[in-house]
Amino acid sequence: MKRSIRTLVGAGALAAASAWGAGAQAAGDTIKVGVLHSLSGTMAISETTLKDTVLMLVDDLNKKGGLLGKKVEAVVVDPASNWPLFAEKARELISKDKVDVVFGCWTSVSRKSVLPVFEELNGLLFYPVQYEGEESSRNVFYTGAAPNQQAIPAVDYLMGADGGAAKRWVLLGTDYVYPRTTNKILRSYLHAKGVADSDIMENYTPFGHSDWQTIVGEVKKFASAGKRTAVVSTINGDANVPFYKELANQGIKAEDIPVVAFSVGEEELAGLDTGPLVGHLAAWNYFMSVKAPENDAFIKKWHAYIKDTKRVTNDPMEAHYIGFNMWVQAVEQAGTTEVNAVRQAMYGQRVKNLTGGVSVMNPNHHLSKPVLIGEIQSDGQFEVVWNTDGLVVGDAWSDFIPESAKLTADWTFPWVCGNCEKPKYPVN
Amino acid sequence: MFDFLRSFVAVLLLALGLAGIPVVAAADAVTDGLAGLADRSFSRKVEAVAQLGASGDQRAETILNALLDGRLYVRNADSAVVIGEERGKAFLVADPTAGAEAAEAAIADFTKITVNNRMRGAIRGALGALTLFSADAGTRAAAADAVFKTPTADMLPLLDKALARETDNGVKRRMERAWAAVAAVGAGETAERLAAIETLGSFADPDVRSLLGGLAVGNGEVAQAAGLTLRRIDESLVLWGAVGNVFQGVSLGSVLLLAAVGLAITFGVMGVINMAHGELVMLGAYTTFVVQEAFRAHLPGAFDMSLFVAVPAAFLVSGLVGIALERGVIRFLYGRPLETLLATWGISLILQQLVRSVFGPTNREVGSPSWMSGAYETASGLVLTYNRIAIIVFSLMVIGVIALILRKTSLGLSMRAVTQNRRMAGAMGIRTGRVDALTFGLGSGIAGVAGVALSQIDNVSPNLGQSYIIDSFMVVVFGGVGNLWGTLVGAFSLGIVNKFLEPYAGAVLGKIFVLIAIILFIQKRPRGLFAPKGRAVEA
Repeated sequence: MKRSIRTLVGAGALAAASAWGAGAQAAGDTIKVGVLHSLSGTMAISETTLKDTVLMLVDDLNKKGGLLGKKVEAVVVDPASNWPLFAEKARELISKDKVDVVFGCWTSVSRKSVLPVFEELNGLLFYPVQYEGEESSRNVFYTGAAPNQQAIPAVDYLMGADGGAAKRWVLLGTDYVYPRTTNKILRSYLHAKGVADSDIMENYTPFGHSDWQTIVGEVKKFASAGKRTAVVSTINGDANVPFYKELANQGIKAEDIPVVAFSVGEEELAGLDTGPLVGHLAAWNYFMSVKAPENDAFIKKWHAYIKDTKRVTNDPMEAHYIGFNMWVQAVEQAGTTEVNAVRQAMYGQRVKNLTGGVSVMNPNHHLSKPVLIGEIQSDGQFEVVWNTDGLVVGDAWSDFIPESAKLTADWTFPWVCGNCEKPKYPVN
Repeated sequence: MFDFLRSFVAVLLLALGLAGIPVVAAADAVTDGLAGLADRSFSRKVEAVAQLGASGDQRAETILNALLDGRLYVRNADSAVVIGEERGKAFLVADPTAGAEAAEAAIADFTKITVNNRMRGAIRGALGALTLFSADAGTRAAAADAVFKTPTADMLPLLDKALARETDNGVKRRMERAWAAVAAVGAGETAERLAAIETLGSFADPDVRSLLGGLAVGNGEVAQAAGLTLRRIDESLVLWGAVGNVFQGVSLGSVLLLAAVGLAITFGVMGVINMAHGELVMLGAYTTFVVQEAFRAHLPGAFDMSLFVAVPAAFLVSGLVGIALERGVIRFLYGRPLETLLATWGISLILQQLVRSVFGPTNREVGSPSWMSGAYETASGLVLTYNRIAIIVFSLMVIGVIALILRKTSLGLSMRAVTQNRRMAGAMGIRTGRVDALTFGLGSGIAGVAGVALSQIDNVSPNLGQSYIIDSFMVVVFGGVGNLWGTLVGAFSLGIVNKFLEPYAGAVLGKIFVLIAIILFIQKRPRGLFAPKGRAVEA
């Protein structure tokens, strides 16, 4: 008994000491960057890479002498693919660890879960994944693509002569907020383009769906109605590999029924034999195969950091690259890491992206980025077959949903809001 | 650019002039086509492909094949099109128009010609026209199908000639299909087109259905005939659709059976609620990956055999892990189901994270042997994929072997004795502890074997097991605890019901309906489909 009390006291002292140490550090000469990505559970497959990307960027920044003369320190937490835990960990990062900025989240559910925390504590989150739009928070910078930077251009391409002039559409998705909202936007867009409801098939499957026989069979049947058919896939995560395996086995060639995916990148193809999938498409703002000096340097750096030359790079990694560099520039411009000052400095910030252009942060907290459409090649990479001439401004609110079309997101005077129809402050 | 081309063509003409005048026209088409391929616009490139296809030239075939494989490059300096090949670090280029030797060059001086889906379709069509007279029957059949996919009126005389020469009956039928498609789409007399549609009606497959669907738009005589034929095809396809549904149901059932059969032993026979069962399946899948890596490194020629090595290896790995689990944790918790559940749940998380640390969080690529890729397609469009067929057969073999072990071996006898009456079995001299460990090892090993099969259709990732654990328990409870036959019937009936519900209710609702049905069923028959009877039940 006595001994256990002694241990307890010892542990308490240790805990107090470490807490004091942490407090002392926060006041000291480091700038803290929070990393909120799942390192275990379902989403670890995608998010672990992003954690490594941020760590690499921090490492790189420190090698160049840090930020504002201080060393930058990454604080990594593991929300374990558990949505409520994301909110807890976010609170921990901001209140306890006193981080200056957080890079994190992948699924829209996790972002929605941390949103109230960031707004309450006035934190700063950089969200790197393509998403469904319909959101603009003062405390979040969205560095992934909005639907008008991914879904709409992809559909346009497939409607055009080069994409095969598709007339009939299958919208396949996993059953949660991102696919449902994206497909709602796409359906009204297709209506606007004169596609009838009888030419649209919508289908949702649970997370991790592994038996695609029926659905692929149905797609085949739907496509045999004499009109060119294309599939738009918002299938997420683990369900993709069995889906593509079934496509290949049932002999669906991209020339007959092209599948364009918004959640399948180089990393998702890593576990697949892509030989039978050549020609299926993906729309992103970045592909590893793009030839540009910035991209070559980034890939080289990544391989050196992760010590594996087989690892691929992907679009969300580029989003973190852009977001991180923009934040660094904004901090340097503001001369402080104070959130309100950094936010103001973010607007109009320009950073060289990895595809040979320059990306700009807009007052609606979304980026202007180029849109690329690539076809899967037999080596697991994508080859760009179409790209926008210039940059596309990310739209927080879709023009194709009537109730959203009237909303404006603009965090500069006189709007200062993420979803209002009129300026907050009347200009005389 | 044009100047260069002109001189290029002139030189070529001169060279060919020496060989004889008749080839000149064809050479023109080839060089013109090649120049078109260097253009940036896909429309221009598609034209060029058609031009090459129409040339009937031998070299056009080589060029188009190279284009399809992504081996055609443009030299940045002068826009000349060459066939390039990366051999190790070296890059070899050859002029496709002349049979010259390949010369080494720097890859940075060349740009690969981008091919998209539209071009790929055009290339296959053009290659079809070029290879209709190939010596190989398979190539001719593929050519006929390519022509069918891109029917243009000017193909008709070529097809007539090919049909007259064709001796292979199978290929002939494919050519007739292509001929009918060309004639039906073409600009000939209405009567001719109607006859062609009639012919198409005898090929009741989805591709023909698609073609007719395109023709059935509008009011003309042709559209009406196409509509009628379309309806006739649809009627014949309904029956095949039902057959397809049953196959898919049986296939889903076989996957459920494989996942559940190991559990039927550990949970059904021993009564252990093993939440780490899915992870034992996952370990089997990773064993397959490791075995395949070894094959890739040391025996690439025998890759198709890798699964035959993976099955016993996975059985051993998962079985040994299972025995370790039983001896290390579970045996202390017999008769305490709640604690077993929690402990094994913890173990499942540990195993997942362990695999994640060792192999990384991303999916691992497990290849399919060539005999498991592709599908058997009947004339009526019913698709039976080989990997599914293999898994169905495999699952039946596994359950057969287990039944044999339980019924015909002394280990099986001891197992049944211990589960029926542990104390009496002990009194008869059976070492019950050892039998427990072996039984658990057998169940776990079977889980590993299931992992080998699942690696062929699902992700090989640390989460693989999680998605099967609920389904496995469902099958075992539904089929009747402690009854292999029940597991078999349970798995297949759940699979088939699921697949018949899915087209109407969708995947999400279909699953919910099945769950509700099982809940109601368990209310009525708490011990499942095949309830054990007799005094042993009460023990």
